[in-house]
Amino acid sequence: MSNESAPQKTPLYDEHLTAGGRMVDFAGWLMPVNYGSQIEEHSAVRTAAGMFDVSHMTIIDVHGDDAEAFLRRLVANDVAKLSTWGALYGALLNESGGVLDDLIVYALPEGYRCVVNASTRAKVLNWFEQHKMPAMTFAQQPLVMIAVQGPEAINRLNACYPGSVPADLAPFNAAMFGQWMVGRTGYTGEDGVEIMLPAAQGISLWQDLRAAGVQPAGLGARDTLRLEAGLNLYGQDLDEQTSPLASNIAWTIAWSPDDRDFIGRRAIEPERGQCPMKLTGLIMKDKGVLRHGQVVTTSAGNGIITSGTFSPTLGFSIALARLPKAANGFCEVDIRGKTKAAEIVKPPFVRHGKNLVG
Amino acid sequence: MSEVPAEYKYVATHEWARLEEDGSVTVGITDHAQNALGDVVYVELPEVGQQINAAEEAGVVESVKAASDIYGPITGTVIAINSVLDDEPEKVNQDPYGEGWFFKLEPDDLGELEELLDAEAYTEVCDEEEH
Repeated sequence: MSNESAPQKTPLYDEHLTAGGRMVDFAGWLMPVNYGSQIEEHSAVRTAAGMFDVSHMTIIDVHGDDAEAFLRRLVANDVAKLSTWGALYGALLNESGGVLDDLIVYALPEGYRCVVNASTRAKVLNWFEQHKMPAMTFAQQPLVMIAVQGPEAINRLNACYPGSVPADLAPFNAAMFGQWMVGRTGYTGEDGVEIMLPAAQGISLWQDLRAAGVQPAGLGARDTLRLEAGLNLYGQDLDEQTSPLASNIAWTIAWSPDDRDFIGRRAIEPERGQCPMKLTGLIMKDKGVLRHGQVVTTSAGNGIITSGTFSPTLGFSIALARLPKAANGFCEVDIRGKTKAAEIVKPPFVRHGKNLVG
Repeated sequence: MSEVPAEYKYVATHEWARLEEDGSVTVGITDHAQNALGDVVYVELPEVGQQINAAEEAGVVESVKAASDIYGPITGTVIAINSVLDDEPEKVNQDPYGEGWFFKLEPDDLGELEELLDAEAYTEVCDEEEH
């Protein structure tokens, strides 16, 4: 019988210890925050190849005749536009238009696969149960998931496992390789894949990639990479009290067809194109690190930093901040009682290793 | 297990102090501290000539994870700072007791050094923190 209060371990737990992982409790899972230096791991992903154990995330398969209608009701992006093996990124909204979670949905030959966050597992499963339609079933899949990311990631994978990532696998598409589902998706701003596979094969894959020189990378690097790529983190940049329109994911809302009444549509539609706040980027070239919760003062009004960190690729601090729509140019940030200047820029900050913000 | 050199003195706020031959005292943060902080990205050092008081803020060490104040282990005047850390803050992680030193003090009262924790007592402080 499992102890509800003890954190869970993924099937790769022992591999993390072997690789020198410093383990922390993340959303009820013991995960590696780094394996020695998160900056080195970050650089490995930007310049070569790194890998992340993301088995703590929640994989939910939805099947049945009502599966499409169900997801078209719950997801603010439109799964009907997907061809088989295509994927989309979107949000689950509540009735008030706040964000319950962000997710990726893959269209399978029969049904759909949803990948949602670790921290929202119980909430999303309950939400699915609450809104389930008569002719459908949904079930969490106990698979290992490994993200292999970086300019060399696909080469290393194909070197170890020829054919595992076909040359014609387009971004935001998936393919089967034996029992592996290989999706050309990721959370780093680099090329690469996320592979979902049975546990025993996942352990072998991890070991083989490690032997091939792919750098294990932990949660610390995952956060600096995604922030450089301008990608949101649920719980910081997205939450139940805030509209997707104020969170830089308005592009994921599929407004047409007009009569698709997805949950939350009526709450956010009045602000379509005129949301008073925006989620945008900050850079600070002076010494110091921008962090979540710091207050931002602009000539257009005040705002707040939702996610901040030091960018290893750029060598200075970057952040995502929710500011008044008209805010631009320079602003001030209160950092531990001192006022520092920062510059408002549109994310992403880095793409395919290149500095986009100067 | 983190490194705790036997011949140094320590404070519970995870700074170390080393008495030099010329009577000055070198100050830095311990292996335990750099490990807990993770990759250091900025260090704010005091100015040469600045008066540091024991248990008062003398500077800041900022890692990707968090910003942490550095406290004066003893009272004294800053006579040197390790400006290498401006360009190479990672030295704090790589060599916290050597090249990762923060500043040197001319102590007001060497007696204060005697009052600090020895290696064994500091190790106990760390062990207690872990439980």
